[in-house]
Amino acid sequence: MKAVRYWSVRNARWLRWLYKGLEAGLMVLYPLLSRIGYERLDRFVAALEKRLKGFLFDSQSCGHCTLGDTGMACPMNCPKTLRNGPCGGVRANGHCEVEPEIVCVWVTSWEGSQRVGDTESTIQVIQPPVDVRLKGTSAWLRSVRKRLGIVAP
Amino acid sequence: MIFADEPLPGENLPVLPGHYSPGRFERVLRAGHFAVTAEIAPPDSADPMEVYQRAALFDGHVDAINATDGSGANCHMSSVGMCALLTRRGYSMIMQISCRDKNRIAMQGDVLGASAMGVSNILCLTGDGVQSGDHPEAKPVFDMDCMNSLQMLRGMRDDGQFLSGRKISSPPQIFLGAAANPFAPPFDYRPLRLAKKIAAGAQFVQTQYCFDIDKLKTYMAKARDLGLHEKVFILPGVGPLASAKSAEWIRSNVAGVHIPDAIIKRLAGAQDQKQEGVNICIDMINQIKEIEGASGVHIMAYRQEERIAEIVEKTKVLGDRIPWHPNR
Repeated sequence: MKAVRYWSVRNARWLRWLYKGLEAGLMVLYPLLSRIGYERLDRFVAALEKRLKGFLFDSQSCGHCTLGDTGMACPMNCPKTLRNGPCGGVRANGHCEVEPEIVCVWVTSWEGSQRVGDTESTIQVIQPPVDVRLKGTSAWLRSVRKRLGIVAP
Repeated sequence: MIFADEPLPGENLPVLPGHYSPGRFERVLRAGHFAVTAEIAPPDSADPMEVYQRAALFDGHVDAINATDGSGANCHMSSVGMCALLTRRGYSMIMQISCRDKNRIAMQGDVLGASAMGVSNILCLTGDGVQSGDHPEAKPVFDMDCMNSLQMLRGMRDDGQFLSGRKISSPPQIFLGAAANPFAPPFDYRPLRLAKKIAAGAQFVQTQYCFDIDKLKTYMAKARDLGLHEKVFILPGVGPLASAKSAEWIRSNVAGVHIPDAIIKRLAGAQDQKQEGVNICIDMINQIKEIEGASGVHIMAYRQEERIAEIVEKTKVLGDRIPWHPNR
């Protein structure tokens, strides 16, 4: 829902804090959780993530979440799925070139990033291209496993 | 302009120390000259003569030619094809690669092929959405974005490997370019976006059409504050508008092109609107060359390519320099 999506960007600061907190919580719990088995865990967490992030951010569940770096705007809602900033086609009113009825995802992302502050460590981070195999998997678990050194960064 | 180590047309120049490519364009920029590039219109035809004739219009007036890659999401001869033909004659080509139509496998293959043909400059673009072209029903690819493709190409060149990590036995020697649009929102993010493109590997940038010099000056001032003009060669885009009516049409139908009312008024008030369009373009170039950090101009004269020689001559931006061309 666009209204919720825009609300989330306006509240990017504390939502990001919450988001990072959740990740830290998962880090602590992971050794315990992993006894359930990663596969089973992934299915459960991915479903939860999809519901929650889908509601708040219209998340597309790409599997490697950038929300924390993109001002709590999901870049996969960009019709060109740009993950590193706005294209040159943004309309004068800040709306999307492809879908004129929506505000450019990156206009909202920039707004959210400014609310978060320190753009160097957020919106200026170069996001790698999407690995399409990860679509629908849990981005949280992946980032935790990355931090714990279980999967390559 | 002929270099001392001039090769036969179609062969590469030696790569100078501190340079990345065997091309003329990088040499001109690094020597501190004010460079001129122009966009060539790819034909809707399989006839190579059309390509040669279109390129010959620029002879002696431009340092490099941009071969567009399905610009406006319209189908034309491919940028690879254009470059294959024109590098044979020795032209300095800037091959554009858009992310709209190719995935990472196709892009990397094209880069190797282009480099083997003598393409020394590659410009990484996101590309217009398919909705703006003649095949709106097509599936848009966008496997990468321009930032990713810049990084990928830099990796091919500097690390000698594909994105997968597999080795490339002879890496492509390419001067990497990107596009910028200082005239589209979010304005205060645009200079930072340029910084991000530089971090991803951009060595030169060409901008969207400039019809609003004040907006460009603001952008350039911010870029200078960030020190970007010392890290990248910036070539603002310019072009002649055909009439007030066509300017109106472009303003409302071409994404990302900003034309202020004053420009449309000036066109509408002129006796010869087409000539006034050229005059406006000349005025823009004259103002751009005074901006600190502008290393040249990029002329996009769609359907008015024959006016480029006049534009370049009247602005005298080349000084007494005559860019190399095969028909000299």
